[in-house]
Amino acid sequence: MTLTATPPRTRAAHALRPPRRRLRYAGTVAVFLLPSLIPLVLFTLVPMAGSLWVSLHEWNLIEPMRWVGLDNYGEVLADPKTRAAFLHTLYFIAGYLPLVYAGGLGLAMLLNRAMGGRNLFRAIYFLPVITSWVVVALMWKWLLNPASGIVNWALGLLGVEGPGWWTDPTWAMPSIILASAWKDLGFVMIILLAGLQAIPNEYHEAARVDGASAWQRFRRITLPLLSPSTFFVVVISLINGFQVFDQVHVMTGGGPGGATEVVVEQVYRLTFQYGRAGAASALSWLLFAVVLLVTLIQVRVQRRWVNYGY
Amino acid sequence: MASRFPVSKALKYLLVVGGALVMLFPFAWAVITSITPGGSVLAGPPDFTPEGANLGAYGKLLEVTPFWRILLNSVWIGAASTILQLVTSAMAAYAFARLPFPGRGALFAVYLATLMVPLQVLIVPLFIEMRTFNLIDTYFAVLAPTIASAFGVFLLRQAIAQVPKEFDEAAVLDGAGHFRIFALIVVPLIRPALATFAIFGFMASWNSYLWPLVIIKSPEFMTLPLGLAELHGRFTTEWNVVMAGSVVSVVPILILYLFAQKHVIASVAQSGLK
Repeated sequence: MTLTATPPRTRAAHALRPPRRRLRYAGTVAVFLLPSLIPLVLFTLVPMAGSLWVSLHEWNLIEPMRWVGLDNYGEVLADPKTRAAFLHTLYFIAGYLPLVYAGGLGLAMLLNRAMGGRNLFRAIYFLPVITSWVVVALMWKWLLNPASGIVNWALGLLGVEGPGWWTDPTWAMPSIILASAWKDLGFVMIILLAGLQAIPNEYHEAARVDGASAWQRFRRITLPLLSPSTFFVVVISLINGFQVFDQVHVMTGGGPGGATEVVVEQVYRLTFQYGRAGAASALSWLLFAVVLLVTLIQVRVQRRWVNYGY
Repeated sequence: MASRFPVSKALKYLLVVGGALVMLFPFAWAVITSITPGGSVLAGPPDFTPEGANLGAYGKLLEVTPFWRILLNSVWIGAASTILQLVTSAMAAYAFARLPFPGRGALFAVYLATLMVPLQVLIVPLFIEMRTFNLIDTYFAVLAPTIASAFGVFLLRQAIAQVPKEFDEAAVLDGAGHFRIFALIVVPLIRPALATFAIFGFMASWNSYLWPLVIIKSPEFMTLPLGLAELHGRFTTEWNVVMAGSVVSVVPILILYLFAQKHVIASVAQSGLK
């Protein structure tokens, strides 16, 4: 994603205005800004501060809070469940990200060229994106039903005995990954399509004249020039991947046997099942720290591989 | 050039059509299941023309849940959330793009930073906030976190930045103030971005699960995802009822998307996400 640099400050410009007009100008700015600033402060910034405060307490949402300092952080860090939750989350990302990027890129390249029904196909591939996770999770839970699901029936036709999918600890996470990649493919496709359309045709023409093969053109022109879109997709997918929850909660609820217990599922459980709001807040700040760190690393590393100038 | 050969062209079509079938299949299968009587669909060859197909599951859906109420809740919360976000984000975006003020860059950075905060970090304190104001189990509580959108401010600011300044300047010469410039010039010119954001905003609200799950207790305030998840809990064996609910929940957002589709790619392309 390109962040346009903020225009230079023009403080001097409006300092020159007469006081009454300056006041009126300040009023104008306030009228434009406050409708979003007030809710942002009330429902995002205040809760952020509140969450830090809660994380320093032992609290079951009902009785008064009890100050425990950094104990919650220590406890959460030492808890083997935390380690497991992060490992499960990483497992999800490691499966999901390559699948969704490769699939989205393939689709974007196919649908970028003029072809009949292109808009219809784009709409079809986008359909799962606009569908609620609850619906998608229910559909896939049912398609992947070990006994009566159509996927195992089809595998049976091929002489393969299908696995237990979400009822089997080994296959539960792959089931969730599969459903997630299927749902988000269309989103990645749209972003990459927009990126492909920004690549001037002349580059490919010139390379073709010079005798570059299709693979060489893809490798040396398309991929490098697509790197800003790739960067955006990877950043967004990683942020979303670390926060994976809806599909897990509906498809497996963290099971079977804790095999799909991801970080947010753990936060949810700590808060609403075990009444440990403080520990849950500490864990979510730990998650935030990891997401922020990973995003910052990406922003730093991008200079090496993201190519903004054409 | 390989792609001029009809063989590779056919291969392309095969891939695209095959992929589209994989995308559509679960939806088609959900529709078929929803009209298959009996509900629990047993293993065996999929029956695309189920015997005695009927709309019984849809009737049952109306019987066992306050379905119209839930649907209406989702529609009006989605609409309210989308309109509020469009208004607040477009106005803030105008301020960030066109109204220089001290600290503007820093404030914009704060907006962007909130994009990275996972909802889960905010859930508990938001819950407490709502409880303090006695708002648990109310429509307002569901709406509150969606009134302002940092993503929307970011997206729309990029769009406004691309509106030539000469347009505003001409309007200023005609005596227009910022409010008229905003309403009569900028808003009409950024319609594609507004349409895209409207889809993303409505989608987020329509599909939102975790926050309503936490804040809503009574069935009369439920939204569709909650209703469906609950339906699934109660009718695990009657998949036709569950799928009927799923089918009904997809239709409204699909209609909205089809209306706005042509704007989406154009707007993603010019929003700076190149």
